Amino acid sequence: MAADRHRLIEFASFVWSVAALALPLGVLVFLLSRSGSLAVEQTVIEALIKIVAVVGLYVFIGNSGIMSFGHVAFMGIGAYAAAWQTCCPMLKPIVMSGLPDILLQNTVPNFPASVASGLLAAAAALAAGAVILRLNGIAASIASFSLLFIVNVIYSNADRFTQGVGSIVGLPVYVTPTVAYAWACAAIALACLYHRSRFGVALRACREDDVAARAAGINVYVQRLIAFVLSAFLLGVSGALYGSLLGTISVDTFFLDMTFMLVAMLVVGGVRSVAGAVVGVTAVSAVVEIFRQLQNGIEVGAFHVALPAGFQGIALALFMLAVLIFRREGITGGHEAILPERLRRALLALKK
Amino acid sequence: MQSLVDAAATGSLYALVALAIGLVFGVMRLINFAQADYITIGAYALIVPSASTVPTLFIGAWPMPLMVAAVALVVVLVALATERLAFRPLRGTDPSTLLVSSFALSFLFQQTIMLIFNSRPKSIEFGSALAAAVEIAGLRVPGVQLLTMATTIVAGTLLVFFLRYTALGVEIRAAAEDFTMAQLLGVRANRVIAVSFAISGLLGASVSLLLVVQTGTLDYRMGIMPVIYGFFATVIGGMGSLPAAALGGFLVGAASQLLQAWLPPDLRPFRDAFVFGFVIAVLLFRPEGLARPRAMRERV
Repeated sequence: MAADRHRLIEFASFVWSVAALALPLGVLVFLLSRSGSLAVEQTVIEALIKIVAVVGLYVFIGNSGIMSFGHVAFMGIGAYAAAWQTCCPMLKPIVMSGLPDILLQNTVPNFPASVASGLLAAAAALAAGAVILRLNGIAASIASFSLLFIVNVIYSNADRFTQGVGSIVGLPVYVTPTVAYAWACAAIALACLYHRSRFGVALRACREDDVAARAAGINVYVQRLIAFVLSAFLLGVSGALYGSLLGTISVDTFFLDMTFMLVAMLVVGGVRSVAGAVVGVTAVSAVVEIFRQLQNGIEVGAFHVALPAGFQGIALALFMLAVLIFRREGITGGHEAILPERLRRALLALKK
Repeated sequence: MQSLVDAAATGSLYALVALAIGLVFGVMRLINFAQADYITIGAYALIVPSASTVPTLFIGAWPMPLMVAAVALVVVLVALATERLAFRPLRGTDPSTLLVSSFALSFLFQQTIMLIFNSRPKSIEFGSALAAAVEIAGLRVPGVQLLTMATTIVAGTLLVFFLRYTALGVEIRAAAEDFTMAQLLGVRANRVIAVSFAISGLLGASVSLLLVVQTGTLDYRMGIMPVIYGFFATVIGGMGSLPAAALGGFLVGAASQLLQAWLPPDLRPFRDAFVFGFVIAVLLFRPEGLARPRAMRERV
């Protein structure tokens, strides 16, 4: 009986932690996509895709405590994998002549293609992580940064697969707010599931005290590798979605700017919780969008007031610096949505 | 032989950047990406602020010693301001938060430069006399390469003397070794850190002048690649030890030039992948870098 009750409460808190993020997000997405503005809708989709990516970053960075600057490489790998599967049947033999025949002659439907892209990114992460994760702390961060450059150089020069530094155009543009929202929820659920699993707990134990965790029989290396692969899967999927948002991809889309943006979103929200990842993306995207609107100009009475172009980037940088300086732990302070005590009591009573 | 000279010149440039990054990292455990923007700002200080693609020189047209001093002053002031406004409030947070805030700061500078000067690269006529080749023992060496090597040697030597034989230098070394202990023994944290930033600004200014003479172009992201290479160089050499950082810079620059010359043509485009693979290999086999400073030894 006791075990049963425990399981029920475990399940309830899992559902709570997912719903506490997914539902408000859903309301926000619903309201914003009603606004009718195409630009706003585009921003909403982009933010949702970035939620998939940043939640993926959280799975590794938040649980392991190791900052990674290489994950955007997996996003790029995912994006190109999706392009190989779904892009432009007519042009494919010309622009991506190096692909095997089976890919050249077939076009994979979007959903399986996204999953397969995530899996390819995960496989790449398994290989790269096996090497990089032997390192600790800041050395691992730097090695992951080198990984970003290595993947960038390889993809920039593998002309027959990636068009080199040119862009691949003509990807199917199918990502609606609903599709992106569904993936964002899936990512949140996956991250919460991992967070609560024995693997997540074990990895956080390593983060807090490496030596004690080892003494308790945890293989730090293996635990890190699991998180690395899982997070790369999410990054891969987000890359695939990103390509289908823009309809075009190029190697430099998935390089320093994107790395900086995603890491900053996570840090601004709070590195140590799924909630931090979601809040970070939402807050930063909101600031960007608001200032973009202001730059386009608003009507104040009879006057048309507009901020000078380029102001948006400065405002964003100042916002991020302010959060870092005044709230070191990020907006959420690393807190997760916890099952309210009253609900927990109610569940306990229910089973008696 | 020509490629050896190229290697030495590129290596010296990266060594200059690595010195700056290593110095600040030593006292503050901060990998300062805004170093890239110190370089960029130094270069943009040469011209009259405008959005034109062919700008007129401002400080750049002054007589040489005055020009160098003015650029150095601008960059040092910027470096000190970033320390005071952005990094001082964050002192004592973990290295990754510091790193992210330096990213944010770098982003801020880039956006500001874009706002004032716009994002297109500019070409300027500056120091082209130095770019002309000098013939030494049958080798044609561009003057700027000699200048780069000379600057690195002079800056490195001065820095070593400063750190070894002046009171302030000794304080900086003590702070790099054990910051808390140094403070307890009466080293003033603010002063030590400010001086380190000022020196990193000086080094940044010299890199920016050398880069502009070399390429003749200004770009709002011109500092990024040298700093990233310098950053990896610091890692390879060993963080927290300055001679090691300079050595690392030299190795990375030399390695990329030599690979360029010696790799089979098919693999040449992938040169940087080899360089970064080398970085990972060094980290794996010598996680503390090639030199092993005492202050950085991680427990367990």
